[in-house]
Amino acid sequence: MKIFFHIGRYFLLLTKVFSKPEKHKIFFKLIVREMDSLGIRSIGIVVIISIFMGAVITLQTAYNLENPLIPSYLIGLTARDSMILEFSSTIVGLILAGKVGSNIASEIGTMRITEQIDALEIMGVNSANYLILPKIVAAVLINPFLTIISIFVGIFGGYLASVFTGALAPASYIQGLHYAFIPFYITYALIKTVFFAFIITSVPAYHGYYSSGGALEVGRSSTMAVVYSSVLILLFNVLLTQLLLA
Amino acid sequence: MIELKNVIKSFNDKIVLNDISVTFERGKTNLIIGKSGSGKTVLLKAIIGLHPIDSGEIIYGDREFSRMPLNEKKLIRREIGMLFQGGALFDSSTVEENVMFPLEMFTNMTRAEKIDRVNFCLTKVNLFNANKLYPAEISGGMQKRVAIARAISLNPRYLFCDEPNSGLDPQTSIVIDKLIKEITLEFNITTVINTHDMNSVIEIGDKIVYIHEGNKWWEGNKDEILTAENKELEDFIFATDLMRKFKHHN
Repeated sequence: MKIFFHIGRYFLLLTKVFSKPEKHKIFFKLIVREMDSLGIRSIGIVVIISIFMGAVITLQTAYNLENPLIPSYLIGLTARDSMILEFSSTIVGLILAGKVGSNIASEIGTMRITEQIDALEIMGVNSANYLILPKIVAAVLINPFLTIISIFVGIFGGYLASVFTGALAPASYIQGLHYAFIPFYITYALIKTVFFAFIITSVPAYHGYYSSGGALEVGRSSTMAVVYSSVLILLFNVLLTQLLLA
Repeated sequence: MIELKNVIKSFNDKIVLNDISVTFERGKTNLIIGKSGSGKTVLLKAIIGLHPIDSGEIIYGDREFSRMPLNEKKLIRREIGMLFQGGALFDSSTVEENVMFPLEMFTNMTRAEKIDRVNFCLTKVNLFNANKLYPAEISGGMQKRVAIARAISLNPRYLFCDEPNSGLDPQTSIVIDKLIKEITLEFNITTVINTHDMNSVIEIGDKIVYIHEGNKWWEGNKDEILTAENKELEDFIFATDLMRKFKHHN
């Protein structure tokens, strides 16, 4: 039954979050700051993981498709579609749930236990709106760009793998990239990214906002935030795939 | 002036505040004292609306606060300055940004006017050349002074302080106490301080309310408290050797 309590409280928190900001100028300033903190500072990890994953997908596909009846350019196609359909949206989402999610939960949780949130409320500031809405808006705006970067870098990683390992000819890889491209896959990936961005900011914010006690509890909230965000990302991945690709 | 009428607050059927009625007067430092766990922090948080009360009334001037809708409560809260036990400064903001925060949120001052006001408030609390430092870079006493500067930046009508001396040495505690007293008199505000520091009681207790197990046990001022005939209050006041020696000498 506790799950219903949390779901109810989460949606009540969202009603506080989605109210009119006190001052639009400050709100936009916060969005820009959060875009830097949640998005720009995640580019490094997204690039590193994507380049290696693109290379690995290419190599694994190449080593598993040694049948002469299957044209080698399909390896490029597989790498491209794997990056677009699953890796750059879902796997990057899961990685960001760990990086960004724990950061948000611990930041807001620490503010809660050190009475900074109470201080905001006493000043007459809607603390949920002030602290959480800029994070959600920033992530929803910036994460699609991270996904696009991830797609390009991952595909480039596959190309590098083809060049440096000789598992397939780079020309075949590039031919595969051009073969049977379905533009809607990009739309599908970006729609998923927007949902995941909402999850990886709002769920950890909820856990941080209702933290209590001390450092131990904040750590626990941070862990719970990552676990719940990850599970929700996987759940929504299935739902959205069924809705958008079926 | 803040008036409490028959305030009752409970958590999970345990009554924490039992029928508290008291008036906190303007231009005076009103102290809530009591042992740890007596309910004084809950009382302070109930007065400012962080803990909704079960029954009773909390009246700011002539405005009944406890049953107000949130948007009206917000307007009263903008007349409130609060000094939290740990300071509650925003870690990621400098001293200047902390003090400027209420001005940014609730005024249309120009940048220059805001800087002037911040410097005025920091001067009031005797804090110089600390504008660009972060809370982690200054001492506990300085953090308390920054918190006071932030609390008075919007010219509040009400100032609340939760254990302003906790974690401070006796000399710094006296500095903070005197500062709060000065500000109360200078701006003619209603100040309510939650403390169990007897030095503060003797130093600045214009009005003192002793809370015992959620009940208002005694009410008076700093001149009356040392001669009050109330066993629980006496046990609280004369708990230390120093205070017992002081009692015997007088």
